[in-house]
Amino acid sequence: MTEWLPANVTREPVIRVASVRKTYGRTVAVDDVSFDVQSGEIFGLIGPNGAGKTTTMECVDGLRTPDRGLISVLGLDPRRHVYALQERIGVQLQEAQLQKRIKVREAVGLWSSLYRNPVDGDRLIEQLGLGDKRNAWFMTLSGGQKQRLFIALALINDPELVFLDELTTGLDPQARRAIWDLVRGIRQRGKTVFLTTHLMEEAERLCDRVAIIDHGRIVDIGTPAELVQRHCPERTVIIVIEDSTAADRFRAIPQVRSVRSEGAQLTIHGVGSDLVTHVIQCLAEHRMRVIDFRTEFPTLEDVFLKLTGHMIRD
Amino acid sequence: MLRGLWKLTWLEIKIFVREPLGVIGTVGIPVLIFVVFGRLLGSQVRQVSPGVPRVVSVDLPILASILITASTVLSLIAIIAIYREGGILRRLRATPLRPYTILTAHVLVKLLFTAVTLAAMLLAGRRIYAVDADVPLVSFTLALLLSTVSILSLGFLIASIVPTARFAQPLGALILYPMLGVSGLFAPVGSLPPALQAVARALPFTYAVSLLRGIWHGEGWSAHAGDVAILSVMFLLFTAVSARVFRWE
Repeated sequence: MTEWLPANVTREPVIRVASVRKTYGRTVAVDDVSFDVQSGEIFGLIGPNGAGKTTTMECVDGLRTPDRGLISVLGLDPRRHVYALQERIGVQLQEAQLQKRIKVREAVGLWSSLYRNPVDGDRLIEQLGLGDKRNAWFMTLSGGQKQRLFIALALINDPELVFLDELTTGLDPQARRAIWDLVRGIRQRGKTVFLTTHLMEEAERLCDRVAIIDHGRIVDIGTPAELVQRHCPERTVIIVIEDSTAADRFRAIPQVRSVRSEGAQLTIHGVGSDLVTHVIQCLAEHRMRVIDFRTEFPTLEDVFLKLTGHMIRD
Repeated sequence: MLRGLWKLTWLEIKIFVREPLGVIGTVGIPVLIFVVFGRLLGSQVRQVSPGVPRVVSVDLPILASILITASTVLSLIAIIAIYREGGILRRLRATPLRPYTILTAHVLVKLLFTAVTLAAMLLAGRRIYAVDADVPLVSFTLALLLSTVSILSLGFLIASIVPTARFAQPLGALILYPMLGVSGLFAPVGSLPPALQAVARALPFTYAVSLLRGIWHGEGWSAHAGDVAILSVMFLLFTAVSARVFRWE
């Protein structure tokens, strides 16, 4: 009775990965990995280096053949229909290079000639802020400029789905932010983005949904907020206040687990998304004078630590 | 389908020319050897003279041509190794470019520079080695291109073996130059020990030398149909094996 379902439920996922396994010799790189990527979202595969992110992505975009499992991308089998698929996807590979002495304009021109319906290369170069580097050799570009060129090459065929593998690794924070804006721009144009990153901040700020992968296995999947809520519901409120009765009043709030005081500073631990509201209500009710107030939320980094037992940078 | 082949070939030509050292290495050195030997030997060139090895007297054009081929193949091995190590091959493969289109483009670039080097050599050496009307230049160019294609396919095999870009050039030279030693250029194949004769017969250089020498001295294609056949078979064989063992990353 599918006609009763809302449109977004019947819509086929853009990527469907089921029970994929890939080994290199005796090393199991990816084991029993399953996930779906929906149309129009930025989906992130996050995990430390060597967790199997790139292997998974390259199985999905047709560069590698999995040992087991099913993959469907835009309704196609990436192994059997690799050339048909390449017309409809854009790919940015981890640590790829181009010819040292190829010009930006030439690379974009070559890529345009390879696809049936390319977008205007010159406009794309402008849009990605490479207008004044049009005639520069690849080897003379900065790290951020190289990545922007690779994004341009990934977008040249106006793809429905874009793969971005470790897009901002090795970039300085400023260049990284500029790239994030570009990726959000890709989604705004109605495209789906599948990316990998080992930067939790990047995943948190950029991705609609993430899958956490560790040692080749998916640990959990959800929106960043859901994952934090599910695995790290703890909240912390830090208040600087000159009121000796305050600590006991906060302890009376049911969601509060502990209150630690160091001089005038109170550190309030608790659970639940409305902890902060309760603390503020309590402050207002008793008309307490607050010198400082800040909250600490767990991040994906904390979720990762909790789920895997190690830091992502180990 | 050869979509992108001409565009890629043209780009690779431009990129190659932008690196002066590479151009000097592939085009300059064979021409230099031809001119320097020719000058040093003066009138002794082109005749069998006592005390002058045949390879630099009568066979000087053949020696220089084979060196063109060898340096062309070495430069192919180096480029493939650099492109592989830098992930350029990987990046190109993730496009609708077919793998063989990428490799064909490189072969075309190399053949073009083989022809250019041959022309430069003949021009530079005109005074020492005035090319007679009876030297069939078109046939000789074709013979050199066929030899180069055959040996380039061997180059793809070598390119699959070299582990890193840094070792590509020296390792390639270490494999290629001994092949020249038994090719019949420096001593007739028949005068080599039996074991080396067997090695020589398994290598394309031997047939390339025989073909080039014959064509240069006006012997005609029919006299060298065997060389042409073997070079063609070797090309097919090496290409088939390379297609199986070639590493893209």
